[in-house]
Amino acid sequence: MSRVDVTAVTKHFGTSKALDDVSITFDDGGFFALLGPSGSGKTTLLRTIAGFHFPDSGSIRIGEREVQRVPVEKRDIGMMFQNYALFPNMSVADNIGFGLRVRKVGAAEERRRVAEALELVQLGHLGQRRPSQLSGGQRQRVALARAIVTRPRVLLLDEPLSALDKTLRVDMQLELRRIQREVGITTIFVTHDQEEALTLSDRIGILKDGRIVQVGPPREVYERPVDAFAASFLGEANWLPPSRVAGLELPCRSGAGSFAVRPEALSVATVPAPGKNAIQGRMSQHVFAGAMATCLVDIDGSYWKVIARDRDIPQIAPGADVWLSWSAADTIAVPTPA
Amino acid sequence: MAEITATGDRRRLIAMLSPAYLWLTVAVFLPLSAMLFFSVLTALPQDGPDWSLTLQNYRLFLTDPVYATLLWKSLQLGLTVTVICILIGYPCALVLARTIRGRARETLFLLVILPFWSNSLVRIFSWAIVLRGNGVLELGLNAVLPFDVSLNLMFTTHAVVIGLVHSYLPYVILTSYLALQAIDDDIIDAARSIGAGTLTILWRLLLPLSLPGLLAGAVLVFVPVVGSFMEPRILGGRMGTYYGTVIEDQFVAVYNWPLGAALSFILLAVVLLILTLTSPILRKARL
Repeated sequence: MSRVDVTAVTKHFGTSKALDDVSITFDDGGFFALLGPSGSGKTTLLRTIAGFHFPDSGSIRIGEREVQRVPVEKRDIGMMFQNYALFPNMSVADNIGFGLRVRKVGAAEERRRVAEALELVQLGHLGQRRPSQLSGGQRQRVALARAIVTRPRVLLLDEPLSALDKTLRVDMQLELRRIQREVGITTIFVTHDQEEALTLSDRIGILKDGRIVQVGPPREVYERPVDAFAASFLGEANWLPPSRVAGLELPCRSGAGSFAVRPEALSVATVPAPGKNAIQGRMSQHVFAGAMATCLVDIDGSYWKVIARDRDIPQIAPGADVWLSWSAADTIAVPTPA
Repeated sequence: MAEITATGDRRRLIAMLSPAYLWLTVAVFLPLSAMLFFSVLTALPQDGPDWSLTLQNYRLFLTDPVYATLLWKSLQLGLTVTVICILIGYPCALVLARTIRGRARETLFLLVILPFWSNSLVRIFSWAIVLRGNGVLELGLNAVLPFDVSLNLMFTTHAVVIGLVHSYLPYVILTSYLALQAIDDDIIDAARSIGAGTLTILWRLLLPLSLPGLLAGAVLVFVPVVGSFMEPRILGGRMGTYYGTVIEDQFVAVYNWPLGAALSFILLAVVLLILTLTSPILRKARL
């Protein structure tokens, strides 16, 4: 297990810049999510750490070792792919044992460690099956076992859960987290699913256009985004129109010029809540969804979203005037985008 | 109701499949049946009224060792050409499918299938010009090398093999290429990520995963080469007597169609036997 340091890495594909002076540290034993829209460079960063691409400039260290010119097969990493990429011509046990056989650990040792890995991912009885005879979730586990059985220094996951359906995905998230804790391996995880990133990781890095926008623990990034992009990309944000700023209590952060409120921080009422920030709007829609409900409120032509327990939202006819209130401390302040 | 639908479906099925079956009947089944009939005759009916049924043509294959010897020679030729085609074609397909990308791949691919577009007879005569004593190849080598070489490849077994390899190489390249380019890049990346080098990937993944394509190519080469007659005749000269040329002689020179037909069916049986015997081994290799 090792920490991974990426320092000032730049990578071009042809004339387009995929990574632009990226520096980031992945702590030893941590679970780190790289989050960003498609084309943000998150997969390129992962594949550069893996060694499928060499950076044009900058350095990558895994533990104490400089690896930016070391090819993949010599980096001692484990990687999981979006479509699992199991070897279709081999049994499950042979898939998992492949990396051990390459390392020539010996037949007895290989058998012992394959059995151990199968046990870890709870597939002890399926060693002789072929990948084509497994379900999606089982393939997933085989891919994970194959990636960690060689005890790599770092585990890289490229959107590993995106091919699973919703319930299976939540199960696998918990499973992935359990195994990662048990093995204690430094894990870097690429995803475009923000919820997945928030639940799984202990640190998040948001990328945009090949640059790191913000790095931090999930709660910090969610509550104190550094700019408008981070605020809108991770979670939803209702942006306060400049014409409505007067009279509100807003945080004074240097350079802050745009303000937003998360949908779950808002409350809806026919009167402003005392001691809180409040703005008036027009009720547009009330969407019931069981325990929770979503309201859309028209504020000067743009819709604010409110998410609350359904019983906390008063029954107000669409078109009626309503007040949206929130604690001053819940206001998100970011610099106005240039 | 269901029955009516079923008969309606069946009628439609028959209507849609009948052109294909009609074509198979006309193009394959009828000629083969005629040939099978000819092979058990003493003489062709149109040559005279005194023909009768006989197994003499088949018996001749067993009594006269020259036919079995020639068949064995043809099988060896088929094996040699197939092995050489695999040794040259598979690496070509490998480079084409896994290394070269974009425009260059299209161009190279075109060059591979270009021989298909030229007449095979023209191709063989071109080889004759290249291979003969004092031919293009010999002149070229002598111009480059400081010492004199005398190749005189024309009318040797080598010339026959060269001509056949050139004719049938594209089959191996095409089938192997299709199998190789269907392999998911992520599988190769996954193998590299857990430490596999190029040779391991080739031996444990690329080769087993593309084996069905490679074998299909090998069969496509082996079967026609065993029965080939044009290349052996033109490039082999006196050395070019093979099972295929003997069959051809029966039809065009000796005019003994019944014997030619019988020899053809023996060839067909032997090739089918070889494919049946090897298929369990091949299927095992695929797993």
